[in-house]
Amino acid sequence: MRKSILLGLAVSAVFSASVQADTLADVKKAGVLKCGVSTGLAGFSAADEKGNWKGLDVDVCRAVAAAVLGDASKVKYNPLTAKERFTALQSGEIDMLSRNTTWTLTRDASLGLNFAGVNYYDGQGFMVSKKLGVDSALKLDGAAICIQAGTTTELNLADYFKVNKMKYKAITFDTSDQTVKGFEAGRCDVLTSDQSQLYSLRIKLAKPDDAVVLPEVISKEPLGPVVRQGDDKWFNIVKWSLNAMINAEELGLTSKNIDEKKASKDPAIQRMVGGQGEKLGLDDNWSYNIIKQVGNYGEAFETNVGAGSPLKIARGLNALWSKGGIMYAPPIR
Amino acid sequence: MYVTDKILPELPAPSNTKGIIHWLKTNLFNGPINTILTLFGLYLIYKIIPPLIDWAFIKATWVAETRDQCLGDDKGACWAYIRNRFDQIIYGFYPNAERWRVNLAAILLVLLTIPLFFKKTPKKVWLGGFILLVFPFIAYVLIHGGWFGFKVVTTDKWGGLMLTIIISLVGILMALPLGTILALGRRSHMPIVKSLSVVFIEFWRGVPLITVLFMSSVMLPLFLPEGTDFDKLLRAMIGIVLFQSAYVAEVVRGGLQAIPKGQYEAAVAMGLSYWKSMFLVILPQALKLVIPGLVNTFIALFKDTTLVLIIGLFDLLAIIQNVLGADSAWLGFDTEGLVFAAFLFWIFTFSMSRYSMALEKKLDTGHRN
Repeated sequence: MRKSILLGLAVSAVFSASVQADTLADVKKAGVLKCGVSTGLAGFSAADEKGNWKGLDVDVCRAVAAAVLGDASKVKYNPLTAKERFTALQSGEIDMLSRNTTWTLTRDASLGLNFAGVNYYDGQGFMVSKKLGVDSALKLDGAAICIQAGTTTELNLADYFKVNKMKYKAITFDTSDQTVKGFEAGRCDVLTSDQSQLYSLRIKLAKPDDAVVLPEVISKEPLGPVVRQGDDKWFNIVKWSLNAMINAEELGLTSKNIDEKKASKDPAIQRMVGGQGEKLGLDDNWSYNIIKQVGNYGEAFETNVGAGSPLKIARGLNALWSKGGIMYAPPIR
Repeated sequence: MYVTDKILPELPAPSNTKGIIHWLKTNLFNGPINTILTLFGLYLIYKIIPPLIDWAFIKATWVAETRDQCLGDDKGACWAYIRNRFDQIIYGFYPNAERWRVNLAAILLVLLTIPLFFKKTPKKVWLGGFILLVFPFIAYVLIHGGWFGFKVVTTDKWGGLMLTIIISLVGILMALPLGTILALGRRSHMPIVKSLSVVFIEFWRGVPLITVLFMSSVMLPLFLPEGTDFDKLLRAMIGIVLFQSAYVAEVVRGGLQAIPKGQYEAAVAMGLSYWKSMFLVILPQALKLVIPGLVNTFIALFKDTTLVLIIGLFDLLAIIQNVLGADSAWLGFDTEGLVFAAFLFWIFTFSMSRYSMALEKKLDTGHRN
């Protein structure tokens, strides 16, 4: 950890010396948005059989491309591993990063980066086999728990059980695939990991219906897009592209009805799709392009990770604030 | 008293010294320990092989449109998972319409290489030189494009088996000459050349390949001016070539040391210059000697190419693990993917080792006579 902070300091020192950046002009000049994504994470960023990138994280890249260039397909995806993601952004290899990256103080403050919002509220959860008959994580006293070694999940787990004065036996594995095999073979009663991952691990079970994901979330993992520090104009564009997707869901604007709703007299919709672009340095169609080409946040969620996808992740925390979740975007006006 | 003036006809050997039963007795059941080991081995084979065949062939699903068709209690391996995206495993994200260019380059390489295997081919040296010096450019023009009306296919679209082979071939073809020069440099009497070679070799042998790749991908861009677009694949290739050449240098040096001093003296006595004596007398003998060692490092390199995954390049293994494995519609078939990748790797490494054995035989390096 200390090493990465030092590295970050060195890196930000290098970049504070660089000239005033104008990412917007660079992107417009190149005619393509360079977006860093994960090398492969089901539902968030994955290449399909034609080599097209799809997923919830990918949709943020597409939204920014739609807002800036008017075409959601004008994105050059740069698949990055967890280790190289920040340097790729710092060195200017990519214009923005949308790669299931947790927003933390250390990263925000010491890496020379800015988090532009949250596109998925993740958190560590538990999966148990139905036979166990457990409906709450608080009943897991004495359980054997399968866990991936060397991750923050290990620490979170220890904290959670300590605070609740429960005992557990950790059975550690090297990779998530081994963890799920261990769970399947009955070596443990419980499997713990980030919730978004629990759902895809559940599908890998021979009988997915025999396992349930418990409602408790024991850690905060807000994932969101990241940009370089020092280019506030670009920071605003990425931030409001994501906000536009969330606001569109709130206003009931979808990729299908946007053309007819565009003419609606509702002042909120009028503000949303007509205007405001100038303030961001974009043309006035920016939000229309996002909604038309990428869809609102709810649509992106459903097709990539929600009910419309094999992962079938419940909206949960990621539902709109008005529908029991915490997904909330400042108004566009 | 029995006397005969004729040679007696040969009798068959006694039944306890020949035949299957005898072979079994002397090889598998001689003594209690070996008998136990044999029975245990048979038990293991019985336990492993039939279920494996059952899984991989008999109960396997070869054709399926959706994941559900592969699931069920009586279903084995889901090869449809591999089949459906086979093209991607081979070519990565290379555009469909342009894949013939990759095929053409591959066919060209095979056609050019085949004559090298026959003794009677005339002008082999020229052909070899053509493959080493001219073919790389042809392959680059074909695969990367940009000239003669070929559409440019940037390196981020390269992937799969194609990328694995490209990286290994570049690594092997560039590292061999570079490594040979370094080996000669290390044995040189000129202090600067010698110390430079030693430092180079020891430095690159002292760092793990994964560090080299990581430096090339993560640290290097930070040192370059912002906005410099230095191709990721090229960076990785340079790293691999430098790394590999250090290993090749040490293998070749082993060969140079095995050549008796008389050969060097004879070459000098003939009035040959340093380079002539090396290329005409010493190296042909030394390289022949180290074929097993060279092939060994090349096989290791071929397998090491999978490390490029950590810098976000999609080689064969990365395509299977990260692209096929992240397809939310087909989750849960990682075993099939890894078995298939292992199989492809085995085919390539096994043929490399067979080729080296054939080459050794042809050049007769064993000095068995």
